[in-house]
Amino acid sequence: MSSSFIVSREDWSLHRKGYQDQTRHQEKVREAIKQNLPDLITDESIILSNGKKIIKVPIKSLDEYKFRFNYNKNKHVGQGDGESKVGDVLGQEPAPSSAGKGEGAGNQPGEDYFEVEIDMEELETMLFSQLELPYLKQKEKDLLKVTDIEFNDIRKKGIMSNIDKKRTILQNLKRNASTGQPGIHGISPDDLRFKTWDEITKPQSNALIMAIMDTSGSMGSFEKYIARSFFFWMTRFLRKKYEHVEIIFIAHHTEAKEVTEEEFFTKGESGGTICSSAYKKALEIIETRYSPQNYNIYPIHFSDGDNLTSDNERCTKLISKLLEKSNMFGYGEVNQYNRSSTLMSAYRNIQHPTFRHCIIREKGEVFKALKSFFSKPEVG
Amino acid sequence: MKILNVEEMKQLEKAIEKIVEIAKEFQLDFYPMRYEICPSDIIYTFGAYGMPTRFSHWSFGKTFHKMKMQYDLGLSKIYELVINSNPCYAFLLDGNSLIQNKLIVAHVLAHCDFFKNNAHFSNTNRDMINSMSSTAERIHQYEYEHGTENVEKFIDAVLAIQEHVDPSLFRKYNTDQSKKEMKNEKNTEIKTGFEDLWDLENQSKQTKKKDESEKPVLKFPNKPEKDIMWFIEEHSPILEDWQRDILSMLREEMLYFWPQIQTKIMNEGWASYWHVRILREMDLTSEETVEFAKLNSSVVQPSQQTLNPYYLGIKIFEDIEKRWDRNKIFEVREIDSDTSFIRNYLTKELVEDLDLYIFEKQGREWKITDKTWENIRDQLVSSRTNGGFPYLVIENGNFQNNGELYIKHEYEGLELDLKYTERTLPYLEQLWGKNVHLETKIEDKSVVFSYKEGKMQRRFL
Repeated sequence: MSSSFIVSREDWSLHRKGYQDQTRHQEKVREAIKQNLPDLITDESIILSNGKKIIKVPIKSLDEYKFRFNYNKNKHVGQGDGESKVGDVLGQEPAPSSAGKGEGAGNQPGEDYFEVEIDMEELETMLFSQLELPYLKQKEKDLLKVTDIEFNDIRKKGIMSNIDKKRTILQNLKRNASTGQPGIHGISPDDLRFKTWDEITKPQSNALIMAIMDTSGSMGSFEKYIARSFFFWMTRFLRKKYEHVEIIFIAHHTEAKEVTEEEFFTKGESGGTICSSAYKKALEIIETRYSPQNYNIYPIHFSDGDNLTSDNERCTKLISKLLEKSNMFGYGEVNQYNRSSTLMSAYRNIQHPTFRHCIIREKGEVFKALKSFFSKPEVG
Repeated sequence: MKILNVEEMKQLEKAIEKIVEIAKEFQLDFYPMRYEICPSDIIYTFGAYGMPTRFSHWSFGKTFHKMKMQYDLGLSKIYELVINSNPCYAFLLDGNSLIQNKLIVAHVLAHCDFFKNNAHFSNTNRDMINSMSSTAERIHQYEYEHGTENVEKFIDAVLAIQEHVDPSLFRKYNTDQSKKEMKNEKNTEIKTGFEDLWDLENQSKQTKKKDESEKPVLKFPNKPEKDIMWFIEEHSPILEDWQRDILSMLREEMLYFWPQIQTKIMNEGWASYWHVRILREMDLTSEETVEFAKLNSSVVQPSQQTLNPYYLGIKIFEDIEKRWDRNKIFEVREIDSDTSFIRNYLTKELVEDLDLYIFEKQGREWKITDKTWENIRDQLVSSRTNGGFPYLVIENGNFQNNGELYIKHEYEGLELDLKYTERTLPYLEQLWGKNVHLETKIEDKSVVFSYKEGKMQRRFL
């Protein structure tokens, strides 16, 4: 009888396939996160993350697409406790019997989104790798030199503390093998390999960003949300990538004032819109505190474009002046319904290489705006 | 985690000996058994891959991760896994108690009996463990030769259509002649840019051939083809040899798994029916009896709203035995699959006894809408038809006389998930190399989805 079966227990510790493929899936999720960045970065959970390092964000799951039935539109068989009757409500969306056990589990739609913990640090790295301050120039004064050390070469001579053990041993192995006595023995000075470094100096210039936001009554909650998301990411990007960058905040409706960062992101205002007031304020600040000789200046203005029509001409003129003093001027318009705005129709005529504008129609386009303002100028 | 010690291993072996003896007395007929005791991550790996030796792919890793997490959180537990092979491998979770293992050993013996005797398994490869192992090796070799990402991308596409095989037991593949005809066409398509001219010539040739054989081929394929995997492998004009090889290997794997998909309710019902009867014959201590009852109820008790295949299956088998005799259930396990099992043996009394119902979504609510027993039976049958997957056939592999692929969904009242349809068609195009079309129905109106030059179009007929 005993020959008809065998019981055994083996050492499975080297069987790592499940974990390896799990890692591959996680890599793919990361890729998917990258592809979903535009949707992701305007998610409330991030904007309201308040400095938390790890945040939970809904990420679109990696679907395995196939031909399948529409679960929501079809009938299913269920089982009650003996008392079920026609008309009983089993539940509301989502489906009461989501995938899991039960027959045909594989045919049922899973969740489209699942929560993923995201490291802000990592997210920022992915996001900001594509962004940079355009037209950055070295300014005469306050030029800052950053020196960095990079080990990038191997030499035969060097100081003992920089010895490259792996390469030294490899060299020894090679030499011994060629003399017909393979193995690691008799390390001679000839085998020694040293790491050596280069000093790199990165010039860094002072930069000033002027975050200008329309806080007038016409800016609805969507418009404000978008503008603030943009500035939220802009400030994080600048502070992460550039050590010496100053950001000042200007809020305006019919008049403009310089506000603190906290006020800028939290306070709501109302009233009409006169954008020129903000530009005047910006020029004033440049003249009194930030000389263009010492600073790379980047005014970025966000509005819904609903400006007092008679003010538009003044705005165009002031922008020309600002452009003279700054490296780039960015105008972002939050325009959900694709209406033709007075401000944009005036700005369309500005032909200046460092004037950039961008229209945001939906949440997902905040990243597009970031990219269009903070990217290298296109060649040609 | 608890690990079985030597003494416990001995006890387990003794118990297995006894269980095998009882099972044989019950006329269960199984292959020699190999029981492997494994830690949880190995059990879950096998569960996710369906086979210990299967090839690597991220989708298995995703499933593994999900299953393992549910186990770690205490949400679900697999106690065993059994492989349809000769000898039959069963994997037991290290840390199972002796009584858990007794139940499982009895359960897997019945599974093995089912694999060995049910007609739908008669063509399955009983050496699939090794076949899958060499498939995995070959795929690994292709990764080395053609790049991991290229191979992965290709497998992504194949997996998207893997269920579309023809598992019928007496399938006859298209004759060599029809293959040859297609090969002619295929060659011209690859090698020249002058299909139109060549087509003319081919057409005249073909007409000649038709006249000779007196079998006019009107369309290609001449009958709608269910085996999309096979058809693409044979006729796609763009695939390289390694790609055709992967397609054919993954098709074999699907054909191996197909009978298990088709007999889920029966197979689980059969195994549950027998583990109860076998353990009744054993001398259990009173403690073991209590634990067995608990465990058994967690396996076969109805769960709210979802239909438990173990429970439905065992109930139907017990009912058949009551209405006929034990010989009858052996006969049923030999010839039926889930669809015929339900159609033939789910009765009005059982439907009422099990309190089955039909539910659907109305507005935002999921509601019980029907308790008519025939409707319930028919609904269950239709949900198990073709393994629960939409029935698709290739209508034309030379659509618009341009080598495009035209697939038809044999609509029987169940609508497709449109988003998934639109996302899957690009995979088909990737495999076929030309525009692909799929005809189905939305709200009883015929509609064709076309994926052309990277764009999805939807057109009502």
